[in-house]
Amino acid sequence: MNYDSPYLHPDKEALSREELEALQLQRLQKTVKHCMNSPFYKKRFEEMGLKPEDIKTLDDVRKLPFTTKQDLRDTYPFGIASVPLSECVRLHSSSGTTGNPTVILHTQKDLDEWANAVARCLWMVGLRPDDVFQNSSGYGMFTGGLGFQYGAERLGMLTVPAAAGNTLRQIKFITDFGTTALHAVPSYVTRLYEVMHEKGIDPRKDTKLRVLAIGAEPHSEEQRQRIEQMLGVKAYNSFGMSEMCGPGVAFECKEQNGLHFWEDYYIVEIVNPDTLEPVPDGEIGELVLTTLNREAMPLIRYRTRDLTRVLGRTCPCGRNHVRLDRMRGRSDDMIVLRGVNIFPIQIEKILMQYPELGSNYLITLTTDDDNDNMTVEVEIAEFADDYGMLQNLTKQVTRALKDEILLTPHVKLVPKGSLPVSEGKAVRVVDKRKVYQ
Amino acid sequence: MTIHQLSVFIENKSGTLLQVLQSLKEANIQIIASTIADTQEYGIYRIICSQPAKAYLLLKEDGINVVLSEVFAIELDNYPGRAAQAIQLFSSSGISINYMYSFLLHGKGILVFRTNDSEKTREVIANNHLSFVEEEQLNEIAE
Ligand SMILES: [Zn+2]
Repeated sequence: MNYDSPYLHPDKEALSREELEALQLQRLQKTVKHCMNSPFYKKRFEEMGLKPEDIKTLDDVRKLPFTTKQDLRDTYPFGIASVPLSECVRLHSSSGTTGNPTVILHTQKDLDEWANAVARCLWMVGLRPDDVFQNSSGYGMFTGGLGFQYGAERLGMLTVPAAAGNTLRQIKFITDFGTTALHAVPSYVTRLYEVMHEKGIDPRKDTKLRVLAIGAEPHSEEQRQRIEQMLGVKAYNSFGMSEMCGPGVAFECKEQNGLHFWEDYYIVEIVNPDTLEPVPDGEIGELVLTTLNREAMPLIRYRTRDLTRVLGRTCPCGRNHVRLDRMRGRSDDMIVLRGVNIFPIQIEKILMQYPELGSNYLITLTTDDDNDNMTVEVEIAEFADDYGMLQNLTKQVTRALKDEILLTPHVKLVPKGSLPVSEGKAVRVVDKRKVYQ
Repeated sequence: MTIHQLSVFIENKSGTLLQVLQSLKEANIQIIASTIADTQEYGIYRIICSQPAKAYLLLKEDGINVVLSEVFAIELDNYPGRAAQAIQLFSSSGISINYMYSFLLHGKGILVFRTNDSEKTREVIANNHLSFVEEEQLNEIAE
């Protein structure tokens, strides 16, 4: 291992666009052929009269059918697999709030490749085998646990499977083990900081933390910067989804200007969610991913429901893997209120601009007297015994939110610690509106 | 002339108040006077207690929004119109009172208040020989 190399996998990370696309085509052809072993895809390809030989260029990916979350539910539990169950060694399942849960299967090779992908991401942001990596993420079915665990170990770091929760113990680990890198969801990072602060621990002086991997819940640039300032670290955005293994799909490089999606592992398309036609670079659309090296359960043109856009296909870091903007939130997360489309992240972005406000907030939608309304509750961080200041703050925040979302929300300041803190993904929106048929 | 006051930011519906009282009770801190000022949505719970610095650190450690500040506390004889007389002294000097509450100590009324001009307030208290409360007196009665 060459500590000075910016790349963990130079033969994949440093390819030119042409080389990368040639590799993608070769892997796509192999994947489509392999999909004929999947009862689900075999049937679907046959219905469309599609043969693996029809894939002659990379653009031919558009001849292939889309796969949706509903397809995963309909084939629950094993209907999409392309290998016999006896060849699978791991199963991850996401809880289904509606209908069947979804199941993702892995062979040993899939797990190895997954670990390699995560290790590549962590190496990219400067982590090396002499780092101590604490994974403060839920384990079990939540892929952020085992995904980062194996990836960090693959890189060669001392890896602490701290899991989520028990904040005081987390802090003890950080100080006792000399943790230099930590993975957690952003809302939990701010919780860690608050508890450190209350206990008189200054993370800048009293810990060795220098790199954070944050992901799994949408967060704004403002929240990232706040985390970086609070802890004195560099915080990098991680993107993963359980349908694509988990973490390791995409990660920010040191430029912090978009996430590199690993195109030797995935074909990345951005499409208009209504027409399903590709959108030009720079325009927002739905992210669609095709896996290129999965054995147990390849997925073809999987509609992620995540909205984003292409920022570029080159980067000063030397990688030509496509850079995508941070996720705008799932298209499922979008709030439609009185005909206006609003993403919770827009609200967060505004709230983070006020140092008097904490990082925890909750958006509640209600119907009052036949009108749909939005209430934004936000915890205050700093407080002065001064009603004028509190009222002024409420007024300012309300106005700034109105400028951003074009509706006037009801802003409510609440005491620190009064909003629910989750140790997994934070719940940011509660919809109590009446549904009219 | 001044004593310490804790101000706690509370939500009208929540159990913050109970949490505050519980924390203070466990640390054996005695509340001498308190008042809640509220709007529709939130309130400020102001407390005069024994060992205010200790109480402040304790509440802060519990993650409660709390500030420690100094407020004026003057002692007034108990007869009708005495408070009005005192207030008149301040207002005629152009001082406005932000908030005020009172409690009884050894049969005398104690007026707790904050003004928009601490310097001037000190002068008025000194020049008019108003008697004031020291923090040690409060700790004594709490013992
Ligand atoms: Zn880069």
